[in-house]
Amino acid sequence: MPAPTSNPALAPADDVFIELRGVKKRFGTQEVLRGIDLKLCHGETLCVIGPSGEGKTVMMKHVIGLIKPDEGDVFVDGMHVNALKEREMAPIRKKVSMLFQGAALFDNLTVEENVAFPLIERGLRDKKEIRRRVMEALQAVDLDQHAHKYPTNLSGGMKKRTGIARAIIDRSECILYDEPNSGLDPIGSDIIDQMILRMQKRFGVTSIIVTHDMRSIFKIASRIAMLYRGELRFLGTPDELRATDDEIVHNFINGRSDVTC
Amino acid sequence: MSFPSDLLALVGRVALHFLSYLGQLAALAGELLTALRSGVWRLRLVAQQIVAIGYGSQGVVIVTGAFTGAVFTFQTYAKFKDFGVETTVGAVVSVALCRELGPVLAGLMVAGRVGAAMAADIGTMKVTEQVDALRVMGVHPVDYLVLPRFLAMMISMPFLVAESISFGLAASYAVSSLGYQMPTAWYLTHMIDHTNMEDLSIGMIKGFVFGMLITLISCHQGLAAENGAVGVGAGTTRAVVISSLVLLVVNFFLSILLNYVFPIGTT
Repeated sequence: MPAPTSNPALAPADDVFIELRGVKKRFGTQEVLRGIDLKLCHGETLCVIGPSGEGKTVMMKHVIGLIKPDEGDVFVDGMHVNALKEREMAPIRKKVSMLFQGAALFDNLTVEENVAFPLIERGLRDKKEIRRRVMEALQAVDLDQHAHKYPTNLSGGMKKRTGIARAIIDRSECILYDEPNSGLDPIGSDIIDQMILRMQKRFGVTSIIVTHDMRSIFKIASRIAMLYRGELRFLGTPDELRATDDEIVHNFINGRSDVTC
Repeated sequence: MSFPSDLLALVGRVALHFLSYLGQLAALAGELLTALRSGVWRLRLVAQQIVAIGYGSQGVVIVTGAFTGAVFTFQTYAKFKDFGVETTVGAVVSVALCRELGPVLAGLMVAGRVGAAMAADIGTMKVTEQVDALRVMGVHPVDYLVLPRFLAMMISMPFLVAESISFGLAASYAVSSLGYQMPTAWYLTHMIDHTNMEDLSIGMIKGFVFGMLITLISCHQGLAAENGAVGVGAGTTRAVVISSLVLLVVNFFLSILLNYVFPIGTT
């Protein structure tokens, strides 16, 4: 298990599931993350906000080992993610799943086959059980009538919902959402928010959500982090965010353009 | 900076780039070996790839082989007649098709058709995060994307080479007997007398090696793709160009290897 961090303010409880310690990442000359310290407990929903290109997705991809830090450490449920090789990541990827910004559905598979993919790859062979769970997941995102369609025949919102069905079907302990509401109408966006809340309440799923939807964060977040210029500018509860006197944070959540000054 | 140091720096950069590329190919080959040893071969995907690679490439390979055999016979017959050895055309064409033209032309056609498709398919998956999605679901991209293509190529290539040779010989025979009225017995006797299993084996071995190289080079370009559609296009072009050039260079060294170092082909 990871040793306790030197900054207790980052850890509201002992039940730590995800921990980032001094994570730094650079792409070429651009320093994207400049030492991120973050702890996330079981069942927490963390919304990550911040201007575009500030490394929110990069930070999230560190959690699941898609990107390795140049410096610092990432732990998931006590496992040292950046010490593992690609073929040793299976235990982490069984616990953590991810919804990609563009859904990342496989073009050559139908909606049903896309959603069934994680189950089949994890060795489930009972076709009836697979179909039952796929339809259950598709019903949760209101797509059971479109199971036979290919991704190219779906709208952006439907693709995203299919991606969510694929992310939740394996009943992971943690789901990472990369802009789940982008491109959705307000009702579609609310459906996604409700589903994230339901996953948290019913199954205690831990979530990290990268989003620009300010209405959404106040509905679903238990904590909110704001990334700004590669550092955590703010980390706290929704109430603390509302009450913050940090001008940059305040301007950002209110959509004022002088945030990047 | 002076001219010699600039030149030296350029040579150094190119050498480093080349070594880095070789290293990446070696790493991919290592991952492929690990995937092979895992025993999880996804036979349904292999079958799909056999259809795409083997079945789908037959047309180009047959046409290429047939017209090469025909034109080779046409040109050779005219010159051989000057020396009075036109009856040996069948033997010459047969050996050339088995040892060189069959595998090389089939390889070049497959590099153009299949190599491009591999790089484009995998490259598109890479830039649309489908490769990352595989990884997130605990599936190694080499296991799912490269291994089935590799196995399908290993199964398909010998058949494609054999088809290229067969249709080349059939076209050669047609030109000799129909075009030049050469007696069938002459053509066939010389062809059979001077073509042996070693000639065919060389063709098949080359087919295997070319298949491996095309798969590795093309899949590597796909997995390394970045920068959206432009990157996929560039990777696809590189896959075809590098595969074709490597195939021609490797063919030369394989010929030496199989004739002198491990003389399978010495007759």
